[in-house]
Amino acid sequence: MTDTLADQFLTSGHSLKNAPGPYFGNYGGRYMAESLIAAMDELEETFEKAKEDEEFLAEFRRLSAEYSNRPSLLTEVPRFSEHGGGVRFFLKREDLNHTGSHKINNVIGQALLAKRMGKTRLIAETGAGQHGVATATAAALFGMECVVYMGEEDTERQALNVARMQLLGATVIAVQTGSRTLKDAINEALRDWVSNVDTTHYLLGTAAGAHPFPAMVRYFHDAIGTEARQQILEATGKLPDGIAACVGGGSNAIGMFHAFLDDRDVKIFGFEAGGDGIDTDRHAATISLGRPGMLHGAITYLMQDEDGQTIESHSISAGLDYPGVGPEHAYLSDIGRVDYQAVTDTEAMDALRLLCRTEGIIPALESSHALAGALRVARQWADESPETAHEKIMLVCLSGRGDKDMETALKWFGLGKAIPSTSLNVGNKEAATEAAQTEGA
Amino acid sequence: MSHVDFQDDTVYSVKNGKFPAPNPDSKVAARLAQCKAEGRAALIGYLPVGYPSVDESIAAAIEMGKNGVDIIELGLPYSDPVMDGPVIQRATVEAIAKGFRTDDIFRAVREITAATNAVVVVMTYWNPVLRRGVDRFAQELAAAGGSGIITPDLVPDEAADWFVASEKYGLDRIFLASISSSTERLHIISKASSGFVYAVSVMGVTGARASVSDAAGTLVADLRSAGAPAACVGLGVSKREHVEEIGAYADGVIVGTALVKALTEGGPAAVGVLTRELAGK
Repeated sequence: MTDTLADQFLTSGHSLKNAPGPYFGNYGGRYMAESLIAAMDELEETFEKAKEDEEFLAEFRRLSAEYSNRPSLLTEVPRFSEHGGGVRFFLKREDLNHTGSHKINNVIGQALLAKRMGKTRLIAETGAGQHGVATATAAALFGMECVVYMGEEDTERQALNVARMQLLGATVIAVQTGSRTLKDAINEALRDWVSNVDTTHYLLGTAAGAHPFPAMVRYFHDAIGTEARQQILEATGKLPDGIAACVGGGSNAIGMFHAFLDDRDVKIFGFEAGGDGIDTDRHAATISLGRPGMLHGAITYLMQDEDGQTIESHSISAGLDYPGVGPEHAYLSDIGRVDYQAVTDTEAMDALRLLCRTEGIIPALESSHALAGALRVARQWADESPETAHEKIMLVCLSGRGDKDMETALKWFGLGKAIPSTSLNVGNKEAATEAAQTEGA
Repeated sequence: MSHVDFQDDTVYSVKNGKFPAPNPDSKVAARLAQCKAEGRAALIGYLPVGYPSVDESIAAAIEMGKNGVDIIELGLPYSDPVMDGPVIQRATVEAIAKGFRTDDIFRAVREITAATNAVVVVMTYWNPVLRRGVDRFAQELAAAGGSGIITPDLVPDEAADWFVASEKYGLDRIFLASISSSTERLHIISKASSGFVYAVSVMGVTGARASVSDAAGTLVADLRSAGAPAACVGLGVSKREHVEEIGAYADGVIVGTALVKALTEGGPAAVGVLTRELAGK
């Protein structure tokens, strides 16, 4: 096997960690309206100072521990592992964070920066609603005004999260332009920002966009991988053979991957939303099928047509339904450090149900893509070497919990109808239960 | 451990402080000089190509050119127009839905420059240029008779390839300056631009406004002291009185949304009527 560029870098004493931006190889940059450059400069400067400021770091650590519930657990899932060829599976439990996903890590960090910059208003885009909920939460905690932009299509499929944000005091705007999903929510948030930049911080929720967002969002999520690396060493005495995360814009993934980038023997997998399949035109597999271009301020892989118009993405998971990806992921793919693959809606939903039924954990649709992809890799390992499969370790970032996805699960699996008690007379009880289970299968 | 260093082999960049020499063939600069000699500011009109159809957008632009616009700014419709307000968004979304292709922009430039004396520049978000290839886009634009590109989401800091291509094909680089730009950035923008600098007079997206911001005058003065080739003011201009007010201190006055609205309401003829009014004819 030929060495990848990443192998060559690592064996010649270079590090892939702490890449400062604005460029990650040929990707990244700051392709932004001049009107926003001053705000981006201020943000970059504030962030760089904060990283060196013990007071800031102590406050970030305190809130992460006392408010967000860090460190998050590492859970071994043996019954789930049986379906992965016997490879030992561990889950990094970001679903147990306050607000139900990894998003709170970055939100607390950026909200503290916003406070330092004297901003009184937070705006955010949201796809699945997890980042919107986390931002609304931080705004309530810090006493700031909050406006969340959400594609109209997403407000429908994630109505529960709209209600959560409203309850937390945020204003939710249903974006009716373009594909009415995450990318259009970002467009609208940028329009708001350019009009209100004096009072407002745009709290971008993913590791994409213009510098300093990709490097900054990675920094605030770094605890995911740093903790997981320590926890797996304590639990098993060695590093995992593979780690996996789902990739939309790529925030939980970069947070998970970062601590392992220089561990050459750890294989890293990013799983993108394959929608109906990458042989169809309904997917969001940006790295698998996209071409380099510029969207939302950075050069990265994009789903775009011959003329450079963005192609609308599709995924059952609103959080992965984005036609771009963070620029560092584009770079890590090119140099061969991370293997990015697509997972279809069906594979993700199967993995979702499997984790529910084997471990009693309901994962988010987004995280279910990571579970499905990791199962696929584990089964390949087991096929190649059945005797050693049980010695292998796969660590998956369970980025969020699935409570918000009940509406989708209900439709997909045909759930929600309870068994009428009158049908449960002796004799047909078994038949009724069986019928109900088949219905829900 | 250190990071991998990537070699920086760019000819021109903000980082190395080198910019192309002023464009000697600039049709934009020549037209601005001519307007100045006539004792007035240039009138610059924007319309997106492909709205309501490619042919009608060309007809409307020709109406602008024949009724007093000095420089025509042709918009290239893009799927993610983050700097545009609702009126221009609606128009460009419709253009794309009706099948607008990048090729259409070059046909429009060719037909408009053949039919009017107006100088034609293209306003485009950067990804359509990247996708075609910066060199190829510049070459095709120059061949069609276009004079330059206004780049709302390309700052000089990311323009290394565009510096080279614009110099090679004699095109003007029209960057934007904002009331939020620092003095240092106004110097960078002034050095990087040719033809004129597009002074964004308000913090916000495109759209007609009741009054024009006072900050624009300060921005134009600051751009002059920073050595800008010329400064034209846009965002929010909709009436003759704005044109007079801004024309008193700027080298050019840019009108966009009001013209798009006129096109929606009354077709190319209405664009001609509004242009005459804006030009004070």
